[in-house]
Amino acid sequence: MGETLKYLLIIFGVLTVMMSIAAGLIWVERRLLGFWQDRYGPNRVGPMGVLQPLADVIKILAKEDWIPPFADKPVFILAPAIIVITVLLAFAIIPFTPGIAVANLNIGVLYFLAMSSLGVYSVALAGWSSANKYSLIGALRASAQMISYEVFMGLSLMGVVMLAGSFNLYEIVEAQRKLWFIVPQFLGFVVFLIAGVAETHRLPFDLPEAESELVAGFHSEYSGMKFGLFFVGEYLGITLISMLITTFFFGGWLGPFLPPVVWFFIKTFFFIGFFILLRAALPRPRYDQLIRLGWKLMLPLALLNIVATGGIILAAR
Amino acid sequence: MISILRALWTVFMHLFKRKVTVLYPEERPYIPPRWRGRIILSRDPDGGERCVACYLCAVACPVDCISLQATEDEYGRRYPEFFRINFSRCIFCGYCEEACPTYAIQLTNDFEMSEFNRQNLVYEKADLLISGTGKYPGYNFYKVAGLSIKGKDKGEGEEDLPPVDVKGLMP
Repeated sequence: MGETLKYLLIIFGVLTVMMSIAAGLIWVERRLLGFWQDRYGPNRVGPMGVLQPLADVIKILAKEDWIPPFADKPVFILAPAIIVITVLLAFAIIPFTPGIAVANLNIGVLYFLAMSSLGVYSVALAGWSSANKYSLIGALRASAQMISYEVFMGLSLMGVVMLAGSFNLYEIVEAQRKLWFIVPQFLGFVVFLIAGVAETHRLPFDLPEAESELVAGFHSEYSGMKFGLFFVGEYLGITLISMLITTFFFGGWLGPFLPPVVWFFIKTFFFIGFFILLRAALPRPRYDQLIRLGWKLMLPLALLNIVATGGIILAAR
Repeated sequence: MISILRALWTVFMHLFKRKVTVLYPEERPYIPPRWRGRIILSRDPDGGERCVACYLCAVACPVDCISLQATEDEYGRRYPEFFRINFSRCIFCGYCEEACPTYAIQLTNDFEMSEFNRQNLVYEKADLLISGTGKYPGYNFYKVAGLSIKGKDKGEGEEDLPPVDVKGLMP
């Protein structure tokens, strides 16, 4: 009984914290983008504008939730839910501290890769069911981008898995007690970071949305809370990737003096900030450049990383 | 690659730059004295209405936002019976001020005229007429114009010479 209650509490805790972070990121992102463009960003609603997400939610709930008559209705409604569900499911394996995690899976890394791959269904189905050429182009781009970047996203983590000798995220963190994996796995970190940006469709890899070319890409036809769900999914994705970078390469909860959970969130928010900085600083590449970068540079780099790491481990044995 | 990192660094350093935003309600921007803002109707130094309802402002207005009706009081002075400016149409071009022969209509440097109800942007004469002289103190149209009204005949104005006797023979 006590064990079940503890897990229920953890599940609800993780769910609440993640949803609040996703909502809070709306404010954080707009504020930071503002600062980096010599503006202030939203600073009117509540102290320093922290209640801005609340105002946004009220607005988005009060908006007309319109389903185009030419759309494929069931799929159109289902699509936004998929991305939120898959990303939230992926949070199950994150070890926040030694004691706090929803599931201690021994195939944690594979589970995360599976969940993040399922997320592409949301985008692809949204674009398909909208029956709109721009949405469809966005969805096609998302699928192609996902396929090319999924490959070396998994491969880039294999170095970490080799060093830790486990797919379990706990053991990966524990293996970093002496040295964070950012040092021996720097190449893997860079590849994973780029793949993560592409995975969450964030700038500079937001070609599925590409406001300047495709109206709004796959969610052109969405309005109201369905559009809001895509947004929540995107912010949850940023949080997830940041947490995974922390776990895989920056020693997760490990750190001196402060409690483990504080360390974990400090590192996570550092990478969330970095994601927003990428958006503020970099222009969007052309589509063929994106795919070429994926297959011709990132994939060989990931493979090289695996070979080198494996060779060194074998030589040191 | 290097250029990307440099771009990231440059953008990050903008965190510590001075913001260009003026936090408006708390922090007021400088408004030049010749700013073209809310339109008013002024009075002459004696307190009479300057507007003589000549319709020139309404004609000059490119968006037709001014409407008025001329009438005359017991002294023979023309004045507008009503004077209405629709500020939801007004583009603050200042042509009405340029057209006005009596300095009656003037643009001020007030621009804070937001309303929740569109109809409230239609200003009537009571809203437009101020009690002062605005930008031109001391100017009184009827005192310098050659027009005769009750209490001031031709030649009795401030700079007027006595009227010429057109039938006289003397130069």
